[in-house]
Amino acid sequence: MSVAQTEALNFECETGNYHTFCPISCVAWLYQKIEDSFFLVIGTKTCGYFLQNAMGVMIFAEPRYAMAELEEGDISAQLNDYDELKRLCEQIKRDRNPSVIVWIGTCTTEIIKMDLEGLAPKLESEIGIPIVVARANGLDYAFTQGEDTVLAAMAVRCPDKAPEAEKNDRNAIQKLLHFGKKKEEVAQEESEYVDHPPLVLFGSLPDPVVTQLTLELKKQGIKVSGWLPAKRYTELPVLEEGYYVAGVNPFLSRTATTLMRRRKCKLIGAPFPIGPDGSRAWIEKICSVFGVTPQGLEEREAQIWASLEDYLQLIRGKSVFFMGDNLLEISLARFLIRCGMTVPEIGIPYMDKRYQAAELALLEKTCQEMGVSLPKIVEKPDNYNQIQRIKDLQPDLVITGMAHANPLEARGINTKWSVEFTFAQIHGFTNARDILELVTRPLRRNNNLKDLGWEKLVKEEAKV
Amino acid sequence: MKLAYWMYAGPAHIGTLRIASSFKNVHAIMHAPLGDDYFNVMRSMLERERNFTPVTASIVDRNVLARGSQEKVVDNITRKDAEEHPDLIVLTPTCTSSILQEDLNNFVERASIEAKADVMLADVNHYRVNELQAADRTLDQIVQYYINKARRRGELPTSKTEKPSVNIIGSSTLGFHNQHDCTELKRLMADLNITVNAVIPEGASVHELKNLPRAWFNLVPYRELGLMTARYLEQEFEMPYVDITPMGVVETARCIRKIQQVINAQGADVDYEGFIENQTLYVSQAAWFSRSIDCQNLTGKKAVVFGDNTHAAAMTKILAREMGIHVVWAGTYCKYDADWFREQVSEYCDEVIISDDNGAIGDAIARVEPSAIFGTQMERHVGKRLNIPCGVIAAPIHIQNFPIGYKPFLGYEGTNQVADLVYNSFTLGMEDHLLEIFGGHDTKEVITKGISADSDLSWNKEAQAELNKVPGFVRGKVKRNTEKFARDRGLSEITLEVMYAAKEAVGA
Repeated sequence: MSVAQTEALNFECETGNYHTFCPISCVAWLYQKIEDSFFLVIGTKTCGYFLQNAMGVMIFAEPRYAMAELEEGDISAQLNDYDELKRLCEQIKRDRNPSVIVWIGTCTTEIIKMDLEGLAPKLESEIGIPIVVARANGLDYAFTQGEDTVLAAMAVRCPDKAPEAEKNDRNAIQKLLHFGKKKEEVAQEESEYVDHPPLVLFGSLPDPVVTQLTLELKKQGIKVSGWLPAKRYTELPVLEEGYYVAGVNPFLSRTATTLMRRRKCKLIGAPFPIGPDGSRAWIEKICSVFGVTPQGLEEREAQIWASLEDYLQLIRGKSVFFMGDNLLEISLARFLIRCGMTVPEIGIPYMDKRYQAAELALLEKTCQEMGVSLPKIVEKPDNYNQIQRIKDLQPDLVITGMAHANPLEARGINTKWSVEFTFAQIHGFTNARDILELVTRPLRRNNNLKDLGWEKLVKEEAKV
Repeated sequence: MKLAYWMYAGPAHIGTLRIASSFKNVHAIMHAPLGDDYFNVMRSMLERERNFTPVTASIVDRNVLARGSQEKVVDNITRKDAEEHPDLIVLTPTCTSSILQEDLNNFVERASIEAKADVMLADVNHYRVNELQAADRTLDQIVQYYINKARRRGELPTSKTEKPSVNIIGSSTLGFHNQHDCTELKRLMADLNITVNAVIPEGASVHELKNLPRAWFNLVPYRELGLMTARYLEQEFEMPYVDITPMGVVETARCIRKIQQVINAQGADVDYEGFIENQTLYVSQAAWFSRSIDCQNLTGKKAVVFGDNTHAAAMTKILAREMGIHVVWAGTYCKYDADWFREQVSEYCDEVIISDDNGAIGDAIARVEPSAIFGTQMERHVGKRLNIPCGVIAAPIHIQNFPIGYKPFLGYEGTNQVADLVYNSFTLGMEDHLLEIFGGHDTKEVITKGISADSDLSWNKEAQAELNKVPGFVRGKVKRNTEKFARDRGLSEITLEVMYAAKEAVGA
């Protein structure tokens, strides 16, 4: 394949009919992440049935998550929104007594113009529980951007000054790292850090990954002052003007903007810590902002790559097509290209070229260094057209939403659910292997079955 | 507003889409915001469907809200018409987009001018009916549409089939064990020498609908889906229908006797008594199970039943009449059809409960402490918490309700399956006695917990805390791998760093 070095990334907006999960799905992981929270999704039966069936979370989440199901009286404004929400929130307070109630607005509350932001402050002071309002609706957002709406709303609620007394132990991660240590030891440990302005990271990650990334930065002498979100709402990080912030997820552009504009924080624009290449670039960028020369990162990256070799052999030279679902596509594609794969197309529901600028630059650089063509980036793709393109291209792997996986498999195309990358631990050096475990699984499975000759399991060539 | 944790029936558009995508070569267009089209995911994942679900969402976003959706919806209809050549395109809004009160009927009219396919708007009120009612209504609407169309063209058949024949109405995609039930019913009809004139909607073509009046009668096995259509056909063509669910030995016999009566009234001369007796006594294992020594121990055991009307009513009758089990209460979430349910089950249980509040149902179960529950996935979940076994007998559907093997609930094979389900839900026979006498099989106390005593490695507090966060089923593996890693490197203390280094090294 010849490579034009001058080639620039090609963006296209197909504005087609595409499927992703509704952004309210973020409650599936956020209620687990923020342990003292209660999520109230204000929407219709359609929203509730989605969470129950497609996400399968309702049954497990019962105690800390519920629907405020809008009925005909609510829609036709015969009932008073404030009174109705008050009744529900009082019941939630009685039953669960959470530290925060997060109202998740939906398409329906948008359309009937329910003034959630107006209602919340009054109700919050009346019932004595903070109410955070996030508009995770499908009119404006796709899938993972739901998290973005929640974090952007929470960013506004972060304290702007830590009370003196608590200052030393408000941060849960620091507490964990200092657990059981004497004061002198803590003080001694503090000296392991270089002197730099406070840094807060944003993005919801499982606790083990939070610890891993915090430790990676600690190795460079960089102290993470807090995470948005924290394990508990009461432990939201302090955000003073001039604090530095860095994101770990590519779908958090609104949160980034809020942190910059409303909280006057300085955003560190870096590629995302996904894959050893991204993780190194992310740490390096943070180091460079604080004037720290990174130690041992190159070796660390090399060592991780070496440990991935068995998986790399399976995917080198193979092609992967992203239909577009969770906005992790650019980062994953960049990592997989570095692994030796080719990517003809990256579908993505929404592309914020500014927030993802560093990631896009790394993608471009990676393609040049690996000597492969730049992928076509298709925003709001049309799934029907994509399936035609997949038929023509016959990629070795398609990363797709759940609705298309089985039909593609039945036509002999290897697939992986994009949603698995949303839920798996994929960030940092440590978890690079887990990404490849997912990516190679369909290839390994189908390798195991290849002698059976069961490739196409539909009779007529599908009328797709 | 209603505080809801769980729903027994889905929203209306799911019902409409279940009907539309059950038919062959029918495409549905949803007028809906991004993410409302999860029906495609349900069908593809739960049914493990090999074909692309013929449903396309015409996405409502800010742009569409500002400009109105007419152009986009009409474009999408004509586009699908050209791409897939469907016979029919069904347009449906969702709860959300129905509030926009756009003139969807007008969009349909506009699109019909251009499209080769028939185009219709599913006529359903999204705030007043649920999935089940909407499915019933949409099937009725499609049947009426094609009957009327054929009538206008003078294509309606004027005669019945020569031999007794039936339309089986109500088998649909994403229905609870519907595919297997349908196969079983076809076998049953073959045994009764009755020709199947049509099965709708699953696998049917809309072109066949005009031939529905040729059948001698309609069979409506499910209370929730098909009754409106059967009533319409009765009214239009004086076609009789049989709406006795053939579930359980007694009800299957009653259904067959009713069929006999219906076709003999039209000039046939059949006597199915011999068939019923043979099936009941010698072929089906269920009647024998009822008399077997195993089932003796079920006598007087307490059970509760909850589900949709069809399955909850049938199950209550089976437990009470065929197995001698004491049904403490029977309940349904089909509130809209509660009278029918009461009338069906009152004499077979102590109490009837009509509710779609899963909390209230959970409390009602806890209150009576039954030996077994027959309910939905939600009651299974409740049962797990209360340590009471639960057999799942009704929707909402779950991937477990799409078994690869043959598991009908209806007909004579259905009676066997139900007997197995009941049997496996109770602890029975000698096992029951052993449990009573000895208090269970695994009475040994667990002596060591967590870190094994002979380990030469110490885990510091952070690492121990981290290890405890690892899900139980892999914790042992993570621990072993980490310790092996530490031992190989001569480390005596396991810290967080060691744990993660081990993970990177072995990919554990």
